[in-house]
Amino acid sequence: MINCSLKALGQMLAKKQVSSVELTQEFLNRIDTLNPEINAYIALDKNKSLAQAKAADIRIAAGSAAPLTGIPIAQKDIFCATGWKTTCGSKMLANFVAPYDAHVISQFDAAGAVNLGKTNMDEFAMGSSNETSYFGGVKNPWDFTRVPGGSSGGSAAAVAARMCAAATGTDTGGSIRQPASLCGFTGLKPTYGVVSRYGMIAFASSLDQAGPMAKSAEDCALMMNVMAGFDERDSTSLQRDKEDYTRDLNKPLNGLRVGLPKEFFADGLDANVAKVVETAIAEYKKLGAEIVEISLPNTGLSIPVYYVLAPAEASSNLSRYDGVRYGHRAAEYTDLMDMYCKSRAEGFGAEVKRRILIGTYVLSAGYYDAYYLKAQQIRRLIAQDFEEAFKHCDVIMGPAAPSTAFKAGEKVDDPVAMYLQDIYTISTNLAGLPGMSIPAGFSAGSDGKALPVGLQIIGNYFDEARMLNVAHQYQQVTDWHTRMPELNTLKEVA
Amino acid sequence: MEWEVVIGLETHTQLQTKTKIFSGASTAFGSEPNTQACEVSLAFPGVLPVLNKEAVNCAIKFGLAVNAQITPRSVFARKNYFYPDLPKGYQISQYELPVVGKGMITIQVPAVGKNPAYEKVVNITRAHLEEDAGKSVHGAVEGMSGIDLNRAGTPLLEIVTEPDMRSAAEAVAYAKKLHELVQWIGICDGNMQEGSFRCDVNVSVRPKGTDKLGTRREIKNLNSFKFMQQAIEFETRWQIETLEDGGTISQATVLFNPDTGETRAMRSKEEANDYRYFPDPDLLPLEITEADKDRVRAQMPELPEAMKARFEADFGLTSYDAASLTSSLDLANYFVATVHAGADAKPAANWVMGAVSAKLNAEEKSIAQSPLTAVQLASLIKRIMDNTISNNAAKQVFEALWNGEGGVDAIIEAKGLKQVSDTGAIEAIIDEVLAANAAMVEEFKAGKEKAFNALVGQAMKASKGKANPAQVNEMLKKKLGA
Amino acid sequence: MALSIEDIKKIAHLARIEVSESDAAATLTKLTGILGLIEQMQAVDTKGIAPMSHSQDVVQRLREDVVTKTNQREAFQKVAPVLGNGSTDQAVDSGLYLVPKVIE
Repeated sequence: MINCSLKALGQMLAKKQVSSVELTQEFLNRIDTLNPEINAYIALDKNKSLAQAKAADIRIAAGSAAPLTGIPIAQKDIFCATGWKTTCGSKMLANFVAPYDAHVISQFDAAGAVNLGKTNMDEFAMGSSNETSYFGGVKNPWDFTRVPGGSSGGSAAAVAARMCAAATGTDTGGSIRQPASLCGFTGLKPTYGVVSRYGMIAFASSLDQAGPMAKSAEDCALMMNVMAGFDERDSTSLQRDKEDYTRDLNKPLNGLRVGLPKEFFADGLDANVAKVVETAIAEYKKLGAEIVEISLPNTGLSIPVYYVLAPAEASSNLSRYDGVRYGHRAAEYTDLMDMYCKSRAEGFGAEVKRRILIGTYVLSAGYYDAYYLKAQQIRRLIAQDFEEAFKHCDVIMGPAAPSTAFKAGEKVDDPVAMYLQDIYTISTNLAGLPGMSIPAGFSAGSDGKALPVGLQIIGNYFDEARMLNVAHQYQQVTDWHTRMPELNTLKEVA
Repeated sequence: MEWEVVIGLETHTQLQTKTKIFSGASTAFGSEPNTQACEVSLAFPGVLPVLNKEAVNCAIKFGLAVNAQITPRSVFARKNYFYPDLPKGYQISQYELPVVGKGMITIQVPAVGKNPAYEKVVNITRAHLEEDAGKSVHGAVEGMSGIDLNRAGTPLLEIVTEPDMRSAAEAVAYAKKLHELVQWIGICDGNMQEGSFRCDVNVSVRPKGTDKLGTRREIKNLNSFKFMQQAIEFETRWQIETLEDGGTISQATVLFNPDTGETRAMRSKEEANDYRYFPDPDLLPLEITEADKDRVRAQMPELPEAMKARFEADFGLTSYDAASLTSSLDLANYFVATVHAGADAKPAANWVMGAVSAKLNAEEKSIAQSPLTAVQLASLIKRIMDNTISNNAAKQVFEALWNGEGGVDAIIEAKGLKQVSDTGAIEAIIDEVLAANAAMVEEFKAGKEKAFNALVGQAMKASKGKANPAQVNEMLKKKLGA
Repeated sequence: MALSIEDIKKIAHLARIEVSESDAAATLTKLTGILGLIEQMQAVDTKGIAPMSHSQDVVQRLREDVVTKTNQREAFQKVAPVLGNGSTDQAVDSGLYLVPKVIE
């Protein structure tokens, strides 16, 4: 049951083969078993989850179920949910119980989904390995010595280890797609503005976008049907007609033009990863796709641009954590200045502080033009690269991450090396384009263990339905997305 | 050396909206602390701003009122600094592209001593939308400040002038004019005690005849015109004395102490600020089209300058009278209503600016609170115009009207103030007076002009003030063959 | 644009983050590395290119001026921080948030 698609689970619930309470309990049991090791969840509240499940069962019985009614979903701890601890992976918010719901949370509530728990993440979504979390790292279910990627590492591990039916994530520079690649599942970052950011704790406002993390493209489509939609509380939420993201899943791919950016296959890409991606592309040819070579010449600049813009926005977004109204306040302080400086020094971890400092620096007097303004100009060049590319292709494909999952601790002291993890994902955030990662095979890690590899699919603005179609068709002829890590040994221990 | 003071103003006007600039929390003044601080006002995690349409309308109104360029696409920026009354750690304001660009305001500087009154144009540099901060309350708990964020997020229009003013009088005249204007166009209630209209004044001095601006000091948060006058005068003297004593002025933010009449530098603002402005990624460019401007223009009252010119042309009022009557829209409307109700414009202007304004001042009431309606005032003036009552009697009627003693005619009747205009009755009185004052008649005939006035006085007295003085005059002249 | 210890202290102060002497040195190394990465931008000629703040060319939506928020002080102040300096009370009094005295 834990490996069933959302559609299958929905059918089982509808036919009363299983109740939402039973399904929720099954996942909670699995979490009980696996979470102490994997650390995918920061907060669990069984009573709350089961109460929602009970309500879902009543709704199902009443015949008013929606597609996700009764299905247990893991929520990244970046989304405020009333009555739930919402920490954003930070000591700063370790005791923050949200008094309101994020738009994403209310959408799932309205759909009758069950909130299974809040998942671990890099602190304030700043990281690519989940190692910056105040609540400890998360283990990659395929190899416990490795990271799950980040920042949505908890959701990633939860999906990969089947500790939830599906999960939510957020992606500012690759935080859905890179963990999807490293943990072997399907993750989608929608077009910027498609999912409301209200109640989603901000990292870099102009780049942050929430999206689904699930086993398959079809599951992601069902999740998108719940998550996407206009919200008047977010000025950047786009006013568009409601879409059915499942509508094109079954379209054949004949004549699909797939663009391969040469910059995505250059130096820096692990050869084994490259091989898996090439094999996947060969599969697409068989499905009728036509391959077009394209160029995204400014790809290399996306990292420097990102590491100006994201920290600049973050340095300002995180100024509200001052120990005055909520969050961590230092235990001892002499005056107001001391209270600010100590509370923030204690409440934030090293990476968050680094980014606040970088952001403060690039915005400070005399440096604005050389850094911030320049980065915004290059951001346009990057967006123009994609605009040009999409004249020649329908979707762009390439790796989602330059390597398979790396060892915990390997890059933690080398921020620059860590930042390079996002080389293939960041540019879509800068352009505001949708991107996804789907499981495309495995590659042997340095110690011989098979580790998942993701194929990235980048679409034009609002082309999520087509991307899901492209992913779904691949998943009809491959079974990578159904593979799950062997976690039986753990079960026996428990 | 002769010195010249150079003054520019930055005025924070709280806009008259029901809700905050970026959230649906109420802006009502005086509620219990933090009861109007919603999650957006409190900068809770994950919340986002959405711009209030009415705040934008207010900005457009102001732009149109001062003939300013209105920016087709203005941008909100974050001004970053830490302060407990600033919950986000940044203020959402406008920096490079403010909603209102260059404009101008004509001010009337009143006569002082031998210096006559004059008009002057003050250039507006810009006006931008931003959010107000909360308030710090001191003294509730020893050694602590209490933070109330009810005011946080109240919409402000910050109106910035060029350094165009050259005296405290000019600065105050500008501030008063601006104060009148923002109320006139209905964007600000003008309540200075509640902080709805707060002026920061930049003051510098330089040797007269030189062009280079001196170093300025900014006097913060002046909340009365009297304090503004005092603060500028003190600050100007202090700067001149400092320079004359060989000292230098360093840029500073200063506060005015009304008790001592002195200014002093603020301690908390000593360190140089680096506000790290950048465009707010949570907000999109604010677009204002020609159609938006037309829509707002259609809702706006006639502007004071236009109305003043009309009063001069249509009613033959002096520039001074027309300016006084157009100092507030309510006052101007009251005057117009009085005229529309049948009063002649000149006496209407005199009554409105004279007796009515004096009464309102004495009772600290606004024209809107006047117990005397424009229609009542008009009927009173009409009774003077048709000779029913004398000007003197009118004063008594006015008092009675003010005190709510009834309608004009009823009061005239009840108090027996009706003027005698019956020729026969007046002739009889005059005949009596002439008979009783033969000596005076002789004096007049001998060439003493004064005696004539004395005889008029006697006749008025004999009529108990009710005789029509013009008729008395005329008939007396006839009788005396003058 | 080489960064110095003084720069670190200055920006840490602007950001209101206490940085000890030893932290400052370590931070300097890391930040210098990150700035090295960022410096790649300087090689690009961006003359005449309009800066891009948002990915979609859309303008600000306006909200009707209608009160939609009610008083939720109690709920919001439930998560107020602990006062500190020996007190385990929450940093609120009579509905006000308490901070060390603000000096003007």
